[in-house]
Amino acid sequence: MTDIFKDIEPMVYKSQINVPYSWWAGKTASKFFTELKENKKIMGTKCDKCSKVYVPPRKICPFCFKENQAWVELSDEGILLSYTIVRKQLASLPKKVPVIYGLIKLDGADTGLLHFIDEVLPKDIKIGMRLKACFLEERAGKIQDIGYFKPIN
Amino acid sequence: MGKKRVAIIGTGQTYHKSHRPDVNGQELIHEAVSSALCDADLTIADIDAIVIGNMDHFEGINYVDCWSVDGSGGVMKPIIKLTTGGTTGSTIAIGGYHLVASGLFEKVLVIGWEKNSESDTTGAITTAFDPVWDRLVFAGAISGLAVEAQAYMARYGATDRDGARVSVRDRKHACNNPHAQLRKEVTIEDVLASPMLADPIHLLDVCPRTDGACAVIMANEDVAPKLASKLDWIWATSSRHKYTYIGDVNWGELDSMYNASREIYKKAGIKEPNKEISVIELYQPYSFAGIIWIEDMGIVPRGKGAEYIWSGATDMGGELPINPSGGVIACNPIGATGLIRCAEAAMQVMGKADIRQVPDVNFAISTGFGGCMWTDMILHGQKKPDF
Ligand SMILES: [Zn+2]
Repeated sequence: MTDIFKDIEPMVYKSQINVPYSWWAGKTASKFFTELKENKKIMGTKCDKCSKVYVPPRKICPFCFKENQAWVELSDEGILLSYTIVRKQLASLPKKVPVIYGLIKLDGADTGLLHFIDEVLPKDIKIGMRLKACFLEERAGKIQDIGYFKPIN
Repeated sequence: MGKKRVAIIGTGQTYHKSHRPDVNGQELIHEAVSSALCDADLTIADIDAIVIGNMDHFEGINYVDCWSVDGSGGVMKPIIKLTTGGTTGSTIAIGGYHLVASGLFEKVLVIGWEKNSESDTTGAITTAFDPVWDRLVFAGAISGLAVEAQAYMARYGATDRDGARVSVRDRKHACNNPHAQLRKEVTIEDVLASPMLADPIHLLDVCPRTDGACAVIMANEDVAPKLASKLDWIWATSSRHKYTYIGDVNWGELDSMYNASREIYKKAGIKEPNKEISVIELYQPYSFAGIIWIEDMGIVPRGKGAEYIWSGATDMGGELPINPSGGVIACNPIGATGLIRCAEAAMQVMGKADIRQVPDVNFAISTGFGGCMWTDMILHGQKKPDF
């Protein structure tokens, strides 16, 4: 195999592209983030037709293909739908391992919200356990304004 | 021609703007899709498959077919993303046509969209060029167009006033189009006094960056006449590419457009395009292309493009109006731009173009153009194709 490269001295050109992004959250998501930041409230949208409650909030119900008009306030508590425990420290991880990712269905919602789970040992985590949002004191209008979810004792 | 003849039965567009901070990408797409469904008097349940497209890197979302289903209506439907740079909008139209013409799908929804305001488009466009050769010494979209214009001016003696006249036309036409982003008339002097971007292209010679979406619904010949009273039949499509490196191009003539148009004319039996075609929606990202490319299309002989433009033949009311919508110079949500040309041509054939309607349209042509000098072309007709 190495023989075929024997007489070749390839030149390599290293480069990169620089594409800074600024994504518009849109009016619907902006309301969610404003409520999170200013009032520590988790808001969802409710489809007029099928009554599904979405968190993250959606302007359009993907099943009914209708714009969701109604806002509903959700509990900051819910149940764990599924999870994983990340053991290897990668550059993309904002925390020290073990890091627990969970999908949390808040009381009153029909969809799962992806977030961190903390204040629990990996061995104690279980699907179906009840969790509660822990808000940061300093909030910036981002999903990280919830630092993580923790078990309710 | 495939197994089935294909007609466009409805179109929809957003009101295109420089920024749409009030919606995310899915929500923007939903506006165009809702509008097209309303135009065709269908619901999303009637749609059998979806083709969607936008520019690579522009929004940094590379699995748009999946991510966009809230807006596209693609939940639990066959959906495919096509992306071919500047021609994306025309490629998705041709792709949708292929899906329906093949006989595999009865009704197909085609969606093009872009939120140009979300990134630095020059960085993204530069990835269309070869990384070892061209990319290190050449960048962005305007440089290639400027090189084309310089070469044409040297070959045929055109001037910057000739280019400006095309910009004056398109910007005037745009005032009739409520969906266009820029709706303000300019004079030749305004164009020439605007900042020089890359010789000989002034700011008012080129397209803006736009947030917008467009959707087109196609149906096969078995169902289309039952679904809509006004149909736009797709007679022929064509796609041509030429080069790997920028030096491969025959600068000053657009060979891909010459070839694509001849394929279309041959398929449809068109002998005198300037007489037989009623209107063109040309993907013309800058003014000089409005002179050069009508020569490549055989509308006028080589070197006669400027004279034809100055005669008023391509203005509203002229022999062959070009860009009644105002075209790309007035509005450019890139992934949607080619599909907007297709939708506007369809509206002309269907008689739905409102105050920008050209009377008695029999054949219309819409085109797509990509920065690497490639061409897509679609021939739209009022009558059902006889082949
Ligand atoms: Zn619903």
